[in-house]
Amino acid sequence: MPAVQETIDRVRAIDVDQYKYGFETTIEMEKSERGLSEDVIRFISAKKDEPEWMLEWRLDAYRRWLTMKEPEWARVSYDKIDYDNLYYYAAPKRKAAQSLDEIDPEILKTYEKLGIPLREVEALEGIAPQNRVAVDAVFDSVSVATTFKAELAKAGVIFMPISEALREHPELVRKYLGSVVPVTDNFFATLNSAVFSDGSFVYIPPGVRCPMELSTYFRINERDTGQFERTLIIADKGSYVSYLEGCTAPRRDDNQLHAAVVELVALDDAEIKYSTVQNWYPGDAQGRGGIYNFVTKRGDCRGTNSKISWTQVETGSAITWKYPSCILRGDGSQGEFYSIAVSNGMQQVDSGTKMIHLGKNTTSRIISKGISAGRSQNTYRGLVSAHRKATNARNFTNCDSLLIGDQCGAHTVPYIESKNATAVFEHEATTSKISEEQLFYCQQRGLGEEEARALIVNGFVRDVLQQLPMEFAVEAQKLISISLEGSVG
Amino acid sequence: MLEIKNLVVQIEDKRILNGLDLTVNDGEVAAIMGPNGSGKSTLSYVIAGKADYEVLDGEVLLDGENILEMAPDERAAAGLFLAFQYPLEIPGVATMTFLKAALNAQRKARGEEELSTPDFMRRVYGAAEQLEIDRDMLKRALNVGFSGGEKKRMEILQMALLQPRFCVLDETDSGLDIDALRIVSEGVNALRAENRSFLVITHYQRLLNHIVPDTVHVMSQGRVVKSGGKELALELEASGYAEYRATEAA
Amino acid sequence: MADITTLRTAAETGLSKLFEVRRLKLPGSAIAREEAFRFFEAAGLPHRRVEAFKYTDLRAALREAAPPAEAPSAEAAREAVKTAKGFAEAEAARLTFVNGHLVPALSDLGALPAGVAVTPLTEALTDGDPLTQRFAPVAQANENPIYQLNTAFMADGALIRVAAGAKVERPLHLRFVATGTEAFSTATRTLVVLEEGAEFTLFESHEGPGGVAYQPNDALDAIVADGAVLRHTRLNAEGAQAVALSTISVRLGAKSHIETVNVAAGAVFSRHQIYLLFAGDDATAAVNGATMLGDGQLADSTLLADHAAVGGVSREQFKTVIDGDATGVFQGKIIVQQVAQKTDGKMKSDCLLLSDEGQMMNKPELEIFADDVACGHGATCGAIDDDLLFYLMARGLPRPEAEGLLVQAFLGEALEAITHEDAREAMIGVVETWLAGRR
Repeated sequence: MPAVQETIDRVRAIDVDQYKYGFETTIEMEKSERGLSEDVIRFISAKKDEPEWMLEWRLDAYRRWLTMKEPEWARVSYDKIDYDNLYYYAAPKRKAAQSLDEIDPEILKTYEKLGIPLREVEALEGIAPQNRVAVDAVFDSVSVATTFKAELAKAGVIFMPISEALREHPELVRKYLGSVVPVTDNFFATLNSAVFSDGSFVYIPPGVRCPMELSTYFRINERDTGQFERTLIIADKGSYVSYLEGCTAPRRDDNQLHAAVVELVALDDAEIKYSTVQNWYPGDAQGRGGIYNFVTKRGDCRGTNSKISWTQVETGSAITWKYPSCILRGDGSQGEFYSIAVSNGMQQVDSGTKMIHLGKNTTSRIISKGISAGRSQNTYRGLVSAHRKATNARNFTNCDSLLIGDQCGAHTVPYIESKNATAVFEHEATTSKISEEQLFYCQQRGLGEEEARALIVNGFVRDVLQQLPMEFAVEAQKLISISLEGSVG
Repeated sequence: MLEIKNLVVQIEDKRILNGLDLTVNDGEVAAIMGPNGSGKSTLSYVIAGKADYEVLDGEVLLDGENILEMAPDERAAAGLFLAFQYPLEIPGVATMTFLKAALNAQRKARGEEELSTPDFMRRVYGAAEQLEIDRDMLKRALNVGFSGGEKKRMEILQMALLQPRFCVLDETDSGLDIDALRIVSEGVNALRAENRSFLVITHYQRLLNHIVPDTVHVMSQGRVVKSGGKELALELEASGYAEYRATEAA
Repeated sequence: MADITTLRTAAETGLSKLFEVRRLKLPGSAIAREEAFRFFEAAGLPHRRVEAFKYTDLRAALREAAPPAEAPSAEAAREAVKTAKGFAEAEAARLTFVNGHLVPALSDLGALPAGVAVTPLTEALTDGDPLTQRFAPVAQANENPIYQLNTAFMADGALIRVAAGAKVERPLHLRFVATGTEAFSTATRTLVVLEEGAEFTLFESHEGPGGVAYQPNDALDAIVADGAVLRHTRLNAEGAQAVALSTISVRLGAKSHIETVNVAAGAVFSRHQIYLLFAGDDATAAVNGATMLGDGQLADSTLLADHAAVGGVSREQFKTVIDGDATGVFQGKIIVQQVAQKTDGKMKSDCLLLSDEGQMMNKPELEIFADDVACGHGATCGAIDDDLLFYLMARGLPRPEAEGLLVQAFLGEALEAITHEDAREAMIGVVETWLAGRR
């Protein structure tokens, strides 16, 4: 069945209740006390049995955070977050599991419902080795399971929760943590540095091509709990890794904060491909509830000829504030950003990227597709800059917006800064709607209106979908159609 | 097969069709000719069900059933096909994908099985070959960057694939050079059949040298003012539309 | 950053003092001036942390507030005008301003084209001319500190009224000339009102001495009524040390048209602001800029096109050539309000960097609230195409000539929009002179 047809069928099958990941798991949780203090940070650090330097690092971040202000420059508006009323740590009560059998069956059921295979046997069935995906599942503040660890270890790949890496590979973590996103980078990153609880750690040794896709699946479950995961990926010289990230949360009337930090480091000739399908609960049609997704993601192309590629499909969250960026430090390094941001209902998206050209012969490419529907606001915000020494830097940016209905907004705010004459930057942006003529043409050929719309939207985002690993692309395509269901046109 | 009775249509308060009557029988190829602004393209859009056109009176019967209340896709499933004067470009949607989606949507609407992929491919490639359409073109986004002639050939390809009962060709000859005109005409002629009728809308007679009509109707001021056999087209070629324009002015 | 109180700079303090002294001496009601100045004072001179001035730090550029220039003597004015070259060859009626003051003796006040009426600003303000109620045709300009300063300090200028239906062939040239040896400031305000169906061509030239750090602040307000057409070509050939600020605000009626082209080669620091309000349906605008910069210069073109009516069409094309360690800035924002369906807006900024030290900052924005629109923007930045250069050199052109030819072709695209032939020729001449100066 062609993917388009599948999309269409999927759209048809949807009832009013569009967000299908909105269920809640009932399970006993252990939480820190409400609010944030040095004691809470000590509590988190102690829970994770961290080295002393890590605690100091966190406390330092916390003290700096107290002096900082929430950024206000993005085109998003929301009620002030009461940071004293949040829980900063929540974990399932059962002790960390050594095998899947020890994991709370409720959690296993949760991931089953979400379609995430945690049992390697199940994951293996009928899947060729190259198509396997290793999963790190993060449930609120902690990682509950990581699959295929043994097989990965054979290749020398380290893939584990970051809390575990802090104990097992402290030298690696210490060397790279905060080296791409400094502790005081921004308000949310600093908060994350103080309280991050879990996330994934990946290290690919020199010359190794990671034998399978790695993925982390984030699930927010607990009420009033912020999720502050931290991901650190290091691709050593000449290595390659493809990493996928997915997210969901229960449907609730109040808003929940997700302030993650992702740091990528690519050394000489290494390549990291990072794909996200973000489907946090977006809130209801009236704008009640939903996740505040305030995320700092940055990749450092530290080595010569290194490459970092971000691909994101953003359909969820009440508010999205994220700018996955590349620092093109190494000569000949490459950065890519492919994005589909869909907003519907009352969603607000302010997302884009930064491509900072520092090294010679660096190239970057930005393809951004924004689709606004309902009463949503969708902003692309991006920076491309070439510094003095960035001889022969190249950037191509294409940023297109599609409006569905006349109650939404689509905005483009690019900053293009060139300080080098040999740098060549090209930027183009368009805004359009699905034309009545296109719709009529498709209908004349027999497609229903919804099918026609889905077809045209899929065509609009095709350039970006092609960047995703196959399985993800199909999932993403479905998600986009689902997100646009019920939009006026 | 197609019967149009007293059709009155306006767009933005401007009357375009003024009580148009027209009958096209099974297997018939009917040509509609007329000066610019006589309402030819409006007629094709109204038959296919484009929004913006307000039907004030009359009916359009396809096999006895009034189709005016049907959505465009329902009309397509009922066997109606419009070859557009200006085929639309759909960026990012591969031609193949589009063809398959359209064909299966129509089959589904008619309660038929979906075609298997090999069967589908065979049909598309067969039609493409006849219309001298390169297979590579089928992988490209629909009509994007196609030349005028390529777009028109793609319309005929779709017609061949969808096997409609009633085909409306809106100024299919516009923008075609002589070779493209020949290919397109051959494509259309190959589809002529007892149970399939055509309405060929054109400003010029030259298309009708290639697609020889059974009947010719002259439109002016939103209605058919003269009907006859294929010789009527030749008369028009010789005398021009002046006579009909004079009527308009009167 | 409301809770951070920054110390006021010498220029800010100076401006406040000047205003205290000047406000009662300036013509017209002090109320509007007072209000504008208080708004300005509250925020101070804009700097890099103010988003709209991110690349153009006015607080750093304007070290001291220079005193407003007095009206020059008749002889000084005559001398100054002798050096003025802008649009000199063009056949036009002229209004001459020296150091921001209208000089009737050097103006064609008595020989204006039919349908055109001019009132000196001082007279209009003193008499309370009703047209003065129509200043600031675009509301957003009132929030702009440069425009606020102009409102507070405007000392002279003109009100120009073109009668309904008048198709005025003879252009009007507003000739602004600065002269002096000590730093001074000027503030002029010109209001052009085109009544229904009128057509009018306006030239504006700004020239001054190279060795003086003078500070001109010029504002042109234009109201283009239904079906009217305004063609405007502006030349910034200010002296090499000038800090030149300018604003044009245009309100467009239904089916009206504005053509405004700014050609900038002068001033050490310049900012030209363009505000367009599409107030009536189906208005069209062609807004172009050609900027050429050398060592030490910074030029900023900032544009806001606010589509508030159906079917507006705007075309903006800005070309910047940068030599030495100059900085070019382009900020353009197209707003399409919810009512403004069928808007067609296209904005383009291209930059040619001729040196290793130059830099270009581009910020083209779209803010769109209507769905049935076709809007786009593009920005490019790069060096001269080596292949083209090689081709020309292989045909025998020495490198500077070959470069010059390519620069001319590059800027020429922005100048093509100038309808009036004399003006277009004059501006091509400006490019040629600039290129000759480079060699």
